[in-house]
Amino acid sequence: MDWGTLQAVLGGVNKHSTSIGKIWLTVLFIFRIMILVVAAERVWGDEQQDFVCNTLQPGCRNVCYDHFFPISHIRLWALQLIFVSTPALLVAMHVAYTRHEKKRRFRNGEKIDIEELKNEKIHIRGPLWWTYTSSIFFRIVFEAVFMYVFYYMYDGYQMPRLVKCEAWPCPNTVDCFVSRPTEKTTFTIFMLAVSGICMMLNLAELCYLVLKICMKESRKTT
Amino acid sequence: MNWAGLYTVLSGVNRHSTAIGRIWLSVIFIFRIMVLVVAAESVWGDEKSAFTCNTQQPGCNSVCYDHFFPISHIRLWALQLILVTTPALLVAMHVAYQQHQEKKLLVLTGHADARHMEEVKKHKMRIAGSLWWTYVCSVVFRLLFEAVFMYIFYMLYPGYQMMRLVKCEAYPCPNTVDCFISRPTEKTIFTVFMLVTSSVCIVLNMAELVYLVVRACARRSQHHSNPSSGKGSFYGHKHSSEYKQNEINQLLTEQDGSLKDMLRRNSGLQEKGDRCSAC
Repeated sequence: MDWGTLQAVLGGVNKHSTSIGKIWLTVLFIFRIMILVVAAERVWGDEQQDFVCNTLQPGCRNVCYDHFFPISHIRLWALQLIFVSTPALLVAMHVAYTRHEKKRRFRNGEKIDIEELKNEKIHIRGPLWWTYTSSIFFRIVFEAVFMYVFYYMYDGYQMPRLVKCEAWPCPNTVDCFVSRPTEKTTFTIFMLAVSGICMMLNLAELCYLVLKICMKESRKTT
Repeated sequence: MNWAGLYTVLSGVNRHSTAIGRIWLSVIFIFRIMVLVVAAESVWGDEKSAFTCNTQQPGCNSVCYDHFFPISHIRLWALQLILVTTPALLVAMHVAYQQHQEKKLLVLTGHADARHMEEVKKHKMRIAGSLWWTYVCSVVFRLLFEAVFMYIFYMLYPGYQMMRLVKCEAYPCPNTVDCFISRPTEKTIFTVFMLVTSSVCIVLNMAELVYLVVRACARRSQHHSNPSSGKGSFYGHKHSSEYKQNEINQLLTEQDGSLKDMLRRNSGLQEKGDRCSAC
């Protein structure tokens, strides 16, 4: 199971999304997952072996690296992308359940075209509307949580060039140098910006869905 | 998702591009992305591990490398290629929207059989009307991104040349320290190569822009001199505009209000499309 498989799984969900949902999925795959795989993983590739401390004390470098980087950015981004893309599976499950119900009715004697059932686009209304809206809400929550986790863990979004470490077994305070800090800061800000864009798209989609349902309700009452 | 995935996504767009657009896409994939993946990444592979400074001071190497190479060429090229290829997705989205509208119209005019639906999916969209504007915008964005990245490269690495030796004074290096870059000549050659292909792509984009504008103006002048020869059918090639208008007129006499609105809106779109196929 890799990013390609996730893309295959989510591509199926794309069919039942709104236009904004389709744009969001494209942004997710091209500007986040692709950048992560093609560029960011190389930048962070040598993060531990090129983390250099001004001491010969064995173990000091490992301990200091672990102290300043409890979870690597790359792993956090991977987790964020997985959590953010999986609420869409709630919608896929609901659609599959709706189809299963229709097939069951067909088997019980009602006339339904099986081929049409497989290909028809299911409209986002009724209980599916609630499922879809919940999935967007969860996406927004996960994005916000991970952005906060990043901010909290790394004291802001900038990668320092030099960190001063006092953990045992380092003698006194030791200077440790982070590898490629400028490049890492650039990519962190880029990923943050795209994450912000994805949140905006999700909020826009939420507003669109709520407005659509309100308009439908007002048309029904008038 | 990697370069192969991007290729799959973009080759769908290729169908609705002009001939120059297809050449541009081939140049991007063969002379830029492929060269990046197959050659340039190996050249820059040991850029940090083989960056050597004439000192044993711990941390001096890292700091000097970071000072002279804030962002690696490889990452800049990867970002440039992704940003330059994605405006084509605007066109893909617009085409998908137009196909969706055509399918809806087919359903309403009673031609919603499998053959016609397949035809809608397969037929090449003419670059006219609002699609023309979307296409032109995508080409303009491509040009803009190419130019911006070439400028960023020039700012970060003046002269596009990779030096053999750099002198570094950043803390914690004691005094001024000589640092040596790995494979500077090979890197300079690839930088120049990528710069040249980038320029070729800029030239192709400008040619495409000129071609689109000239074609639109020629179509407009042809339309003005011979108004009855308009072929701006919403469907494309099979259905004549009179046949479609007859269908619409028939349906407009029906009682359904929303149907009337939908058809009136679409026939309005068609007229607008014919007008806007010119600049």
